[in-house]
Amino acid sequence: MRALRIIVCIKQVPHPDEAKVDPATGLVIREGVPMVLNPNDYFTIEEALRLKEAMGGEVVAITMGPPTAEAVLREAISLGVDDGVLLCHRAFAGADTLATAYALARGIESLGGYDLILTGSRSTDGETGQVGPQIAELLGIPHLTELIRPIEVEGDHLLAWHQTDYGQELLQMPLPALLTVAKGMNEPRLPSLRGKMRAKKQTIPIWGPQEIKAEPDRIGLAGSPTRMLETALPERKSGSKMLEGSMAHQVDALLDHLADMLPGKAGGRR
Amino acid sequence: MREVWIYAESEGERLHPVVGELLGEGRRLAERLGGSLGAVLASPHGSLAEELALFADRVYVVQDPRPYTDEWQSQALIRLIEDRRPEILLFGGTRRGKSLAPRVAARLGTGLIADCTSLRIDEDGLLLAELPTFGGRLLTTIACPSHRPQMATLALGAFAPGPKGAGGEIIDCPWAIPGPGTMKVLGQEPLPVDSRPLRGAEIVIAGGRGLGSRANFALLEEVARLLGAAVGASRGAVDAGWMDPEGLIGQTGAIVRPRLYIACGISGATQHVVGMQRAEVIVAVNKDPKAPIFDLATYGIVGDCRQFLLELKGRLALPGAVDEKNEGQDD
Ligand SMILES: Cc1cc2nc3c(=O)[nH]c(=O)nc-3n(C[C@H](O)[C@H](O)[C@H](O)COP(=O)(O)OP(=O)(O)OC[C@H]3O[C@@H](n4cnc5c(N)ncnc54)[C@H](O)[C@@H]3O)c2cc1C
Ligand SMILES: Nc1ncnc2c1ncn2[C@@H]1O[C@H](COP(=O)(O)O)[C@@H](O)[C@H]1O
Repeated sequence: MRALRIIVCIKQVPHPDEAKVDPATGLVIREGVPMVLNPNDYFTIEEALRLKEAMGGEVVAITMGPPTAEAVLREAISLGVDDGVLLCHRAFAGADTLATAYALARGIESLGGYDLILTGSRSTDGETGQVGPQIAELLGIPHLTELIRPIEVEGDHLLAWHQTDYGQELLQMPLPALLTVAKGMNEPRLPSLRGKMRAKKQTIPIWGPQEIKAEPDRIGLAGSPTRMLETALPERKSGSKMLEGSMAHQVDALLDHLADMLPGKAGGRR
Repeated sequence: MREVWIYAESEGERLHPVVGELLGEGRRLAERLGGSLGAVLASPHGSLAEELALFADRVYVVQDPRPYTDEWQSQALIRLIEDRRPEILLFGGTRRGKSLAPRVAARLGTGLIADCTSLRIDEDGLLLAELPTFGGRLLTTIACPSHRPQMATLALGAFAPGPKGAGGEIIDCPWAIPGPGTMKVLGQEPLPVDSRPLRGAEIVIAGGRGLGSRANFALLEEVARLLGAAVGASRGAVDAGWMDPEGLIGQTGAIVRPRLYIACGISGATQHVVGMQRAEVIVAVNKDPKAPIFDLATYGIVGDCRQFLLELKGRLALPGAVDEKNEGQDD
């Protein structure tokens, strides 16, 4: 059995229920919104830890974000992850998925070797699910999205079940590989007391473009082919007709209104 | 000649339903650009190209016996794109599209805009893509000004299929078949066949947390059968375990545009609304007169959704059917 070096990509996001938009200005309100670990990434961390426990090896967490993002690395360590590294620098700001994936890919290469990279299948703020597959392409390794059952490693290969649009599928692929982990595929553990202590003490390196030998025109806004042009508040159509009376009466009225939409006898009163 | 391309996703001998939407929107964009419409088919079943040629001007066929993997399909696509340089490349927002497209975009070093719900071309010929962000609270417009192709994945159900074209040319591209890959498909467990798929349904009836119980959700399913409607759900009902995630409607689920949408016990959170707001007629049933769902309802009923379903069932059930015992429970 071989020991595995597993890299997990995790992300700090605004608390999904508390992100707000000012209805008057259409601007996102960021003040006072608590920052948390992307919910999907708990499943990623759990699968990495399970594999490490089964095979031996180590798990390293990496994130790109502002200085506050260090908190999610400490949280990962409290759960049992061995090390964390934070990619943080002004030059990384404004990255779209490609520039994010590039920085993470450079960061992962700077960590030395790896056998397996795990990411979440989606973040609650980026919501694209693109970062994982893009990291894989930039590193020149195969990937699989939406892992739904525990990975099995056999020699230089792994076996993985993933969700497709047509069902579930079992694939064999060589290591190193990248997999995105589906939400709900396992039951994430809680931090241990020892983990919490270690998380407090651990030194977390902070790397900028130089440490990861990134080309300046491939990171941050400069390295992002997409541009956000404008935002608008979604329009909601109005002019609804509230029906009245007893429920029986309302349902009768509704069926009258819908007469030409419903099949056969349903339209109109009996 | 500038080409708009669509990726024609297929499984077995069938095209994915989203391909119709891609062809429709691709045609619209191609006309706006004064260009033509191309479809890329990478499949063991080259015969699907004939179906595509009814709608596209050119169908590029990479016929390969292997089952789908991101590995060989991304390599084939990259070869085709580098050879023909399309201006725009669109994918369906299926799991497959969302796995393949980012890989291709990363290789080409171009931008990829995810889950678009509306596309247009500006006066300079640039693709402007609109998508819901911040859980549907905002609509954001994104472009890819200086890299080509301009790539996007399209939210399922958000675009209308288009008319047939003049009959397109089928172009075999055996040179685009990549070498042996490293990924192997070892097994498949197909999804149970859904008798009333959500997408493309004329009538959708959807339940939310307000239904309150699995039994009430089952009642909704019964009413759906009587209506010939497809069943959908909000996140509230999916989280409660009354419906599996395949039935989720909204930002992280399906986008539907039926003629009639009936929302039972759904509050109308923006994330849900982006998935159903294009329905022609929206009926909302909610006990809270202030529920946001009423802002976009064509007809609103304030009241208990179980009672509503029982009333409706009573009126829909075949005359003489025994199952009318619940009628008249209205207090
Ligand atoms: C990133 C993100 C993505 C999301 N994506 C989606 C998505 O794709 N789809 C989606 O649906 N949600 C999505 N959500 C969740 C969304 O924000 C809402 O939480 C969800 O839609 C609420 O579901 P609900 O309306 O069933 O439940 P609730 O909001 O709890 O509403 C229940 C409603 O039922 C009414 N009610 C209660 N009892 C009765 C009764 N007896 N009779 C009639 N009415 C009754 C209540 O008045 C209330 O309005 C997402 C959230 C996030 C953060
Ligand atoms: N800034 C980031 N730092 C580390 N990992 C990230 C970052 N952005 C995205 N990811 C990873 O990519 C996954 C999908 O995110 P997204 O593509 O934004 O939906 C997340 O669950 C993370 O694992």
